[in-house]
Amino acid sequence: MKHIFSKQNKALLSELVRTDFKLRYQGSVLGYAWSLLRPLLLFIILYVVFVKFLRIGNGVPNYPIYLLLGIVLWNFFAEMTSQGLSAIVGRGDLIRKIRIPRWMIIVSTSISALINLTLNMVVVIVIAIIGGMHFLTSSVFLPLFLLEIYLFALGITLFLSALFVKYRDVSYIWEVCLQAGFYITPVIYPLSLIKNVNVQKLILMNPLGQAVQDARNVFVTHATITNSEVFHNQFIRIIPISIVILVLILGVWYFKKHAKSFAEDL
Amino acid sequence: MDDIAISVKNVSKSFKLPHERNSSLKSTIIHPFKKKTYEHQEVLKNISFEIKKGEFFGIVGRNGSGKSTLLKILAGIYSPNKGSVEVQGKMTPFIELGVGFNPELTGSENIYLNGALLGFNRKEMSAMYDEIVAFAELEKFMDQKLKNYSSGMQVRLAFSIAIQVQSDVLILDEVLAVGDEAFQKKCIDVFESYKSKKQTIVLVTHDMSTVKRFCTRAILISEGDIITQGNPNKVANDYSELNNEVIDKNITAKSEARATRHKTQTNLIGKNVIKYGEDIHLVVDWSKCDKKVKNLGVALYGNAGEYIFGANTILDEYNLKDATKAEYKISAHMGSGNYHFKIGIFGDTDKEIIEYIDDGPEFTIKRNPDLKWEGLSYIKHEWKKA
Repeated sequence: MKHIFSKQNKALLSELVRTDFKLRYQGSVLGYAWSLLRPLLLFIILYVVFVKFLRIGNGVPNYPIYLLLGIVLWNFFAEMTSQGLSAIVGRGDLIRKIRIPRWMIIVSTSISALINLTLNMVVVIVIAIIGGMHFLTSSVFLPLFLLEIYLFALGITLFLSALFVKYRDVSYIWEVCLQAGFYITPVIYPLSLIKNVNVQKLILMNPLGQAVQDARNVFVTHATITNSEVFHNQFIRIIPISIVILVLILGVWYFKKHAKSFAEDL
Repeated sequence: MDDIAISVKNVSKSFKLPHERNSSLKSTIIHPFKKKTYEHQEVLKNISFEIKKGEFFGIVGRNGSGKSTLLKILAGIYSPNKGSVEVQGKMTPFIELGVGFNPELTGSENIYLNGALLGFNRKEMSAMYDEIVAFAELEKFMDQKLKNYSSGMQVRLAFSIAIQVQSDVLILDEVLAVGDEAFQKKCIDVFESYKSKKQTIVLVTHDMSTVKRFCTRAILISEGDIITQGNPNKVANDYSELNNEVIDKNITAKSEARATRHKTQTNLIGKNVIKYGEDIHLVVDWSKCDKKVKNLGVALYGNAGEYIFGANTILDEYNLKDATKAEYKISAHMGSGNYHFKIGIFGDTDKEIIEYIDDGPEFTIKRNPDLKWEGLSYIKHEWKKA
């Protein structure tokens, strides 16, 4: 464990993230500005579609921010898992020729995704200020739920990236899973839209559904339905977080088990 | 035990090569219980050795002997099935130069990236930066993207990073195989300085002259086993011997092929791999040609196609009469290397070529460490102070 934060590893991590970031907007005129511009433009589209035309968020206070936060969190999860998934295979040239800790590659893509999340959160906050939203003091708990999503995504990424080395089908399957997950998770619709309590419960069992709702609850409005509202049994309430921990442990275990032979299997 | 840099204990490695790779989930789902058949390829068999600090250690072996696998295990890229490798201090492997170089980054960005991959942070790299750039002679190009570099410039940059790296143990894999003559000369100079500085080096190579010149100790690997260990000269000679066996097999196979292609049979009597000064007997048998042969010519050629020596029976005023078979003997006063004969048989006039054998028998003269000269042939010479 003491090697994880060694000087070399830190240097390598920062260099990998830096390179990733430098190359991301390579060849574009606006460069880094795109990392702020892109979420902003996406938000305008969503705002027009969902707030002006579909009006599904009527009755939810600060719905634009509510919607935007959901989208930002979902995008973070989707970006981190789908990019992390192919990271080991994509960095095959390094793995076959140099001795670097394999997990470093996954962590570096996850940090790139985290940086993007931070920039997106800046956009969210700026829009919230412009929109005149009243900031809740409970917002201080927001990072906790971001951390939960991060750890969930990390566990999944570790597992999938190692699996992807052996089975290239994984990327297609995961693409479908993400698409399904997008609708299972209350991202674009408020949970209050679903009247069936059992379906609500099911949605909130999912760590992402729970984390997104909790994040909205502490940051946007306390009127958000969260799992402490839906579940009365304390033990059921901890199911989502238990899933996160389980997925993380499984992911680390599977990755560790197969990391040794990546160089041969690639 | 403090003077041991790397200790390799009972390392075994085998690769599982599936006969038909099940790379999609579909085939796994459709035939979940279908037994996959594997071929177990044992690449390294229970290898143990130690490398002491300050040694210039050579690992030699033919292609496919397992030396690259061993190197990757030493470098920590592969993990052994059995056994262990212990390394004292910081080790930097160079399986390839310029690992992780990105064409979209500038020269200086690539230096830092490559440095980080080798385990050096920005501060450490900044300290070496100027020397790296100066050695590569690329001062003007550091802010340009790597994709605008010529391939020679890229190699120079990669190599300068490699040699500036301060590490307890360096692992080098045939770095010398790339680059032009001037570049190889630079490599040699670097090796010299490593050797004088007592830097611990592990070098994997095919080039026996490098082994003899630089290595303080070496091992020879064949089919996953260490055959010879210790003195680099002994290792180099055993390696040549090993190659000779293979050459011998090749030559035999070629002569069988030749026999079916030509009516005239040409063969060497005795070994195909000989020592300097030994006799070579070539037998030419044209009994199947059904023609009267007046002149038999034999020419000796070197490996690069250089014409070394030629003679024929008419010039030598030797009368073949009605013979259908002749023997030609020369003594091999040539340097080590591969040689072959070209044979022509002629009728009444030189113009009547009965058969011309371009790819006649081959032979190899073994490297002889006791010979005090180099080149194709021995030439009488003397030295005088002037």
